[in-house]
Amino acid sequence: MATPAPLIRLDDVSVSFGPQHVLSRITLDVYPQQTLVLIGESGCGKSVTLKLIVGLLTPTTGEVYFNGKSVRAMRERELTAMRLHVGFLFQQAALFDSLSVFDNVAFGLRAKGELREAEIRDRVRERLLEVGLPAAVEVKMPTELSGGMRKRVGLARALAIDPEVMLYDEPTTGLDPIMTDVINELILQTRSRRPVTSVVVTHEMRTVHKVADRVVMLYPLARLAPGEPQVLYDGPPQKLLTSLNPRVRQFVEGEARDRLSELRLEADAAR
Amino acid sequence: MSADVATAEPAADAPLGVAGAVASLANPLLDAMVHLGDWTLFSARAVSGVVSRHLKRSEFLRACVEVGVASFGVVAITGVFIGMVLAVQAYNQFHTIGLETSLGAVIHMSIIRELGPVLAAVMLAGRVGTAMAAQLATMRVTEQIDALACLGVDPVKFLVAPRFLACVVMIPLLTVVADALGIVGSTFIALKVFHIDGFHYWRHTANFVTLWDLFVGLFKSVVFGGVLSLICCHRGFNSRAGAEGVGRAATEGFVLSFVAVLVIDFVLGLLFNTLGNVFFPVAASRIA
Repeated sequence: MATPAPLIRLDDVSVSFGPQHVLSRITLDVYPQQTLVLIGESGCGKSVTLKLIVGLLTPTTGEVYFNGKSVRAMRERELTAMRLHVGFLFQQAALFDSLSVFDNVAFGLRAKGELREAEIRDRVRERLLEVGLPAAVEVKMPTELSGGMRKRVGLARALAIDPEVMLYDEPTTGLDPIMTDVINELILQTRSRRPVTSVVVTHEMRTVHKVADRVVMLYPLARLAPGEPQVLYDGPPQKLLTSLNPRVRQFVEGEARDRLSELRLEADAAR
Repeated sequence: MSADVATAEPAADAPLGVAGAVASLANPLLDAMVHLGDWTLFSARAVSGVVSRHLKRSEFLRACVEVGVASFGVVAITGVFIGMVLAVQAYNQFHTIGLETSLGAVIHMSIIRELGPVLAAVMLAGRVGTAMAAQLATMRVTEQIDALACLGVDPVKFLVAPRFLACVVMIPLLTVVADALGIVGSTFIALKVFHIDGFHYWRHTANFVTLWDLFVGLFKSVVFGGVLSLICCHRGFNSRAGAEGVGRAATEGFVLSFVAVLVIDFVLGLLFNTLGNVFFPVAASRIA
């Protein structure tokens, strides 16, 4: 059977912020309806990769393609249209402080301008119910919500626009184990209810094993030898533990080993 | 734009000697030019947002209340006291040469052409500009600006255009308040405390202060309002991470707008004096 064309493609992408190099020559294809989980230590460029996909950041070199079109080459209108096919759950949910929960979830729908207000109300209620939030929450302001509720409102807001692609930036960070599993279940439920392609950035190995079809592990550039590829692992979650690369196994097992002494050496060298 | 990734290469070791001195002078200048260019593009985008679908009436009205209604008190108090201080300070000088009845003309001209617009702008920069910068900086840091972009909205047009428009619309009204209360304050001191003859006081004012002066003052205030809102919003949009970044954005917003207001005031002052001399030569000779 022929391989389908990738929905998202990072082609030889590098990203630098001034003197700081974050991503180096990353090539990555994400296929339709695949759930790709990006793992790796803090600062290895996982969140940057998500922002490249929606054009919030532009690669220093290389190209990002969405549905075969270069994101960099998209005009403003095309970029807006593309973004309305993508739901983005931000790390801290990024709810708009000045708007109620209802207005937050309705925001994308109103920006799209395809539905009437009555239809928007129904859609918002449906999505809030989907993520397990009662109608009473609609009138609350984001500051009145707990971390788990904020994440679920963020998810409802992202899902309200019926996206083809869902991007999750550390969806379970800072949540208790039960709420973490609730979010994992919601990611699975989203996938089972609609044909959605997902890219999940996480540190949580439970999330990896529960939701991933495919896992890609990135490594911080500063800790790689020159010429070493930044992608340490690209494969199914089941084979992570048996990877031949000790750095992959160390991350998966969550073992510090000699990392603390390395950090002390780096701090000492930076003085 | 701020969303783009900086592509600069790592800084090389500082060159030595004459080249080093030139580089140390040129680099900050180059940085300033880059920031000015970025601000210009940002401003053009924000101003174009005034006529785009991104401008929401509710956001504009909310910004008007924040800029205008909430600033009324502080601008009024500043206007009254500046008027009174001017009267107190100028009286002694004018009294010694027997020209105290000209106080009205001098003070009212100063208030209407210079102090009213400048003080309203400075109070706005301090009260509203810093708040705008801090608000947008917090939105940047908490990724709310990225979230707006992901929901199909241009964040610059959506967030900056209503604030810019509110400042441009409300600042002339605040300037009128500052002018009126400055005149009330100075007149109270001149007529009630120093017992200057009211007829001649107002007669001199009517002779020297014209509608042109009022127009100049209000025009300046519109420019001040537009520029300070764009500077403060730009600082907020380009905030660095964390509480320190937000604080720095607010401080930079205020300092840069304050300096910009003074520089623009000087340039517009020169320009309008020249224009005044060309279009109203009689008034110019009368002042001379």
